[in-house]
Formats: sequence, structure tokens, C-alpha cells
Amino acid sequence: MSAEDQDQEQTPVAAAPRRGDGADLSVYHGVWVFVELERGKVHPVSWELLGEGRKLATHLGVPLSGVVLGPDQPATQEACDHAFEYGADSVYLMRGPVLTDYRTDPYTAGLTDLVNTFKPEIMLLGASTLGRDLAGALATTLATGLTADCTELRIDDETRSLAATRPTFGGSLLCTIHTLEYRPQMATVRPRVMAMPDRVPGKRGQIIEHQPKMPEEDVITKILSFIPDSDAEKAQLAYADIVVAGGRGLGKPENFKLVQDLAAVLGGDYGGSRPVTHAGWISADRQIGQTGKTIRPKLYIAAGISGAIQHRVGVEGADVIIAINSDPNAPIFDFATFGIVGDALQILPALTEALQERLAARKAAQ
Amino acid sequence: MHIVVCIKQVPDSAQIRVHPVTNTIMRQGVPTIINPYDLFSLEEALRLRDQLGGKVTVITMGPKMAIEALKKCISYGADDAILLTDKVFAGSDTLATSFALASTIAKIGETTPVDMVFCGKQTIDGDTAQVGPGIARRLHMQQLTYVAQVEKVDLDKGEIVVHRRSEGGVQVLATKLPCLVTMLEGSNVMRYGSMDDLFRAARYEVAEWDHKAAGITVTAQCGLKGSPTVVKKVFAPPARAVKAEMIKTEGKTPREVADALLTSVFAKHPKLEMEIGQ
Ligand SMILES: Cc1cc2nc3c(=O)[nH]c(=O)nc-3n(C[C@H](O)[C@H](O)[C@H](O)COP(=O)(O)OP(=O)(O)OC[C@H]3O[C@@H](n4cnc5c(N)ncnc54)[C@H](O)[C@@H]3O)c2cc1C
Ligand SMILES: Cc1cc2nc3c(=O)[nH]c(=O)nc-3n(C[C@H](O)[C@H](O)[C@H](O)COP(=O)(O)OP(=O)(O)OC[C@H]3O[C@@H](n4cnc5c(N)ncnc54)[C@H](O)[C@@H]3O)c2cc1C
Repeated sequence: MSAEDQDQEQTPVAAAPRRGDGADLSVYHGVWVFVELERGKVHPVSWELLGEGRKLATHLGVPLSGVVLGPDQPATQEACDHAFEYGADSVYLMRGPVLTDYRTDPYTAGLTDLVNTFKPEIMLLGASTLGRDLAGALATTLATGLTADCTELRIDDETRSLAATRPTFGGSLLCTIHTLEYRPQMATVRPRVMAMPDRVPGKRGQIIEHQPKMPEEDVITKILSFIPDSDAEKAQLAYADIVVAGGRGLGKPENFKLVQDLAAVLGGDYGGSRPVTHAGWISADRQIGQTGKTIRPKLYIAAGISGAIQHRVGVEGADVIIAINSDPNAPIFDFATFGIVGDALQILPALTEALQERLAARKAAQ
Repeated sequence: MHIVVCIKQVPDSAQIRVHPVTNTIMRQGVPTIINPYDLFSLEEALRLRDQLGGKVTVITMGPKMAIEALKKCISYGADDAILLTDKVFAGSDTLATSFALASTIAKIGETTPVDMVFCGKQTIDGDTAQVGPGIARRLHMQQLTYVAQVEKVDLDKGEIVVHRRSEGGVQVLATKLPCLVTMLEGSNVMRYGSMDDLFRAARYEVAEWDHKAAGITVTAQCGLKGSPTVVKKVFAPPARAVKAEMIKTEGKTPREVADALLTSVFAKHPKLEMEIGQ
């Protein structure tokens, strides 16, 4: 059987109508944000997307909704409440035991059903491991366009469509992608690319509840167990307020301690460029950049990092960037806020010492 | 055990240059490689075949020159290779790509049923991670992304257990074949091909399929026509307007430079001073 036949026979729901087929796309209305609830916690990228979704919804003059799937437990209700507080006008809720832990099939079936029933024009998801797994599956069952890892979302007034901009070829170019003739228009955004919106405690709205239809017997994949990461593995790098990173310019793995020491004094976390994670100086989940983590700290200090485009795209959201590099022409000085041309092996310990003294003085004054 | 591995030939992005005036990608002369993430999937497929018997078929959709990438896979030990190449596929986005590849896999399965499909976690050029899930949906296969380890495969029972990376930990999942797996980077190390495979690759004739060979009768879902996404604009990232404030270093000790830096930073960003050491 060809994939074509299978699509016709087994696709459980009708595909979104196309303008080319004479379908009326204006029945698709409103901006949706998928609220990623996993093991009782919502991934903060969902709130970042509600902040971004608010701008789109306001521009279009349509409501903004959160979409919450999860088990019949207090955490699910709490996720709805928080969605309102981060800006949702309404929440579409689907709960049941089949949605207790994330599995592709029941989540895709549930979301497909919600989209086909309530017809949003825009659907945003986080580009997390869960979000990427789900978005690719969902866009296929809906037979619509999905733009990955967007760094900017706007509404094109001429076509009233979503203009989704994403980096390509490692960030050396940007491209703007539209989904013109299919609805909903789907996009994913990586964590920390968009700013966290302000939270309005106590704000509430309407919850529209819909039942999941897939029975557990139909779910082929079963979860045998979950092995949580040890605390050491749980680098909270993406969400750290202060990050110090080192690159190949540090020369050898032992010198990385200078970066860790400074991070410790600052009360921040540490990371590195790709060459140092690849060489095993630090663990792979501490890589910063296009193929690593995107960070958005208040302060980012880069020592011995040249500032290649693939690194730059991961740190540009930092409020203040301090670069220490021995080469005055290093590209990192093109996007740093403060720069020091010098030997990182000397500047790093000097900075650690200077900060220690300031902190001690602050403590003594209190 | 019949495993199909999807690979993509990509430009070696470390060597990509952008034309300074036209802002287009200068592909000419840029060497191509097998998408690095695909090699983890190919290696896992080869290991399973070595353990359980059967064969590994590698496929790619792309231009004629992608034959080189497929031959490379044969040299690593893959049994067969098919190039899907046809101008109706030009301009495919991920939805159209997964349609073409799923059709091809369904066709391959008519001769020898397919137990598993492997894809890379993502590519380094398009970098969407959408094609694998797309194929799984279309072929109604169980979708296992970000797999760090294939714990066991029981061919008789048609069962598989994998460790899948998720937020904050690893899910141990049990599911049924056929399934689609994308491997996490670093989960294995690609082997060196044997001398025999190297010679076989040199002589190997890669089969070339057009849309008809892949069993596609209606081409409305292929290529540009079948792609919902439209690329409207490609441009270079805007340069930052403000240059870095450089801290003077001449004649200063490292400690003096450090103090000068902190004074400048905290003068401009007073709130930051309260953030540190928290
Ligand atoms: C597909 C792809 C994805 C990639 N993804 C990422 C990614 O996610 N993250 C990432 O970081 N990279 C990524 N890269 C790699 C990226 O292109 C660069 O190669 C990398 O960022 C360079 O790392 P670096 O700055 O540490 O090393 P280098 O470029 O070698 O720079 C070292 C710097 O240290 C300076 N230096 C030397 N000695 C000293 C000293 N004593 N004191 C101070 N400075 C000194 C040098 O002047 C130089 O500027 C990717 C590449 C590709 C092709
Ligand atoms: C600059 C740029 C931006 C793009 N942005 C988008 C976008 O946002 N949304 C969108 O839908 N399309 C987009 N595309 C189109 C997309 O790159 C192509 O559809 C491409 O054929 C597959 O997508 P990918 O490279 O992202 O693959 P991924 O989904 O990242 O690939 C995952 C795996 O699927 C397999 N695979 C992928 N392509 C092939 C192939 N041709 N042959 C065999 N196996 C393959 C490989 O195993 C690969 O590791 C973009 C293209 C470009 C050039």
C-alpha cells in the first residue's frame, strides 16, 4: 500500500482546507499556544510563547488561548490558571489518564481533534524535545505548514498571515517563511529565544473542556519507567541569570577551572563553545549556541571564544555581554557590550578576585 | 530484520559562505557530507542487523550527486541503497519530503517488509527535525525520537524497548514494530567499514527511483506544489548598531583591568551589581 492510499484510508480527521480548493480559511480564528505540561511542571517556553502570542493576537484582533493536555490532577488545573496569568484569554483543556505522561500518539490525536473542532489560525509550540516530537507529528496529521525554531514572529498585514523568521545555515542567514494556503499556521520557538512576559496573579478566563477519545488500549507505546537526571546532569544553564563560558582560547581543560571559579563567585552557571564540549572539557549539555543551548542571562561573560555565528545566535538575547579575547579583531567584539583585549588566563582570576573583594565589602557593610 | 535508514546529503556548513552583496548562499565548491546526525542512526541500524540478521537499506531524496553519500553508506556496511531523484520533488518542504520518503519506504516494503526506519535527529542545513515524525505518521509507525539507547529488540514478538531522552530524564519505552527511531548524537561511534565493503561500495550501482518507481501516482503532494510553507525572504542578520565598549589595558595589571571593567559595567548597569553573588 502506498503512503497516498494510507493517507486517504486512515487519516482520522479531515485535513485543513486549502484556499486553492475554494475553502474558506477565515473560519480559522485565534492564536493558540500549546502549554507543555510534563510530570507536573510546565516548561517555561510555554509562557514565553504566550507573551509572543499575545502580540500576534492583539495585532490580528483575535483571542489568545492556551492548550493544556494532561492527567486529571491538580497540576493540570494549575497549568490552566498559570496560562491565564501569563496572558491567555481562554484555555482549551483535555485531560484523562491516557494523557498522564507524554506519548506521541495520544497527544497528537488529542491536539488534532482540538484543532479540527475549534479551528485556530495560528498554533505555537516550544522547540523542546517534547515540542519537536509533537509538532512534527501534528503538522503531518493536519497536513499543514510548520516553521521550525523561529526567532521572530510577525503578522504580514497584506496577507494576514504569520511571517515566521528563522536562522538557516547555522545562523549565517535568516529566512522568513509563510504558510499561505493552509491552516493552522504552525511554528516552533526554542526556549529562551523570546522574553518571559509579566505574570498577572489571579487573572482567570474561560476553560473549554474537551474529552480525549483515544482509549489506552489503542496506545501501542507504553512507558516502563522514568530515570530522572541526577542534579549534576540537570544543568539549568538555559535559565541562569549569569553565565560564564570558555572556549578553545583557554588552551587546555585544566584552565576551565578559571571559568568555573568566576561563575561560582558570581552565583551563576557555566558553559562553553562547541570545541570544548566536543573535546570533553565540559559535558555536552553545557554547549552554548545553535546546536547547543540558547541562553538569555542578565550577564554573559565569554572568555577565549571567537564569537562564530553559531555561537552568537545562542547568546544574543543576553542583556550584557562581556568578551575577553586576545585577538582585537575577534568577531565576538562585534556583538559584545564590553570588551577586553587580553589573556583570559590572567583576566579571569583577576576578575574573580576583584569580585570576591567587592562581595566581602558588601557583606561587611550590611 | 529489514531496516531502512534515511540519510541526507548536506553542505559542510563549516564551509558555507554568504555572498556579501547578493546575500545568497555560495554553494559552489562547498564540499558535501552525510548529515552528521544520520551516522548515529546508520550505525545503530548496522549493529541491530549484525545482531539479528537481515538487511539495511539506505535511502535519500536528492540530486544525482547524492549517489556519493549513498555509496559512502555502503562502504560502512549498508546492504542496499536507493536514490529518490525526480524534478517533481524539487522545492519540497518537510511535509512534501516526508510524503516522498514514506511512499518510497512503503514501496520498498512491498518486496521485503520493513521492521524499522531510522532517521537522523535533525539535519544541519534545514535543521527542522520534522521529517522523521512526518514519516512515522504517514506509515502509522510508532515514533521514537531522541533515542539514547536501543535496549532490546525481540523480533519474534515484534517488540522493542528504548531509552528516550526527555526533559529532565530518560523515558524507558516499550513498543511494537514497525517503528521509526531517531538517534541522539553521541549514542554510538560510527565504525570503520571493512575492506570488503569498501570494494563493494566502489562497484555498487545505486538504484535511481523517480516518483513512479516510488509508487506515487498523483504528484499533488510532491515538491513545491505539495509544500504548505513558502520561503518569502532570505536575508543576512542585521549588524548591531552599538559597538562594544573596550576597556583600556595598556600599562595596566590584570587586576586593574578587572576593576576598570567592573566599574564601567556597574556604572551602566547598576541593577546587575545586586544580582551577583546571589
Ligand atoms: C553545524 C554547526 C553547528 C555549530 N554549533 C555550534 C554551537 O552550538 N556552539 C558553538 O559554540 N559553536 C558551534 N559551532 C562551531 C563554531 O563554528 C565555531 O567553530 C566555534 O564556536 C568556535 O569555538 P571557540 O570560539 O571556542 O574556538 P575558536 O574559534 O578557535 O576561538 C578561540 C578564540 O580564543 C582566542 N584566544 C586564544 N588564546 C587566548 C587567550 N589566552 N586569552 C583569550 N583569548 C584567547 C582566540 O583569539 C580565538 O578568538 C558549530 C559549527 C557548525 C558547522
Ligand atoms: C533555509 C531553509 C529553511 C527551511 N525551513 C523549513 C521549515 O521551517 N519548515 C519546513 O517544513 N521546511 C523547511 N525547509 C525545507 C526542508 O529543509 C526540506 O524539506 C528538507 O528536505 C528536509 O528538512 P530538514 O533538512 O529540516 O530535515 P530534518 O527534518 O531536520 O531531518 C531529519 C531526518 O530526516 C531524514 N531526511 C531529511 N531529509 C531527507 C532527504 N531529503 N532524504 C532522506 N532523508 C531525509 C534524515 O534522516 C534527517 O536526519 C527549509 C529549507 C531551507 C533550505
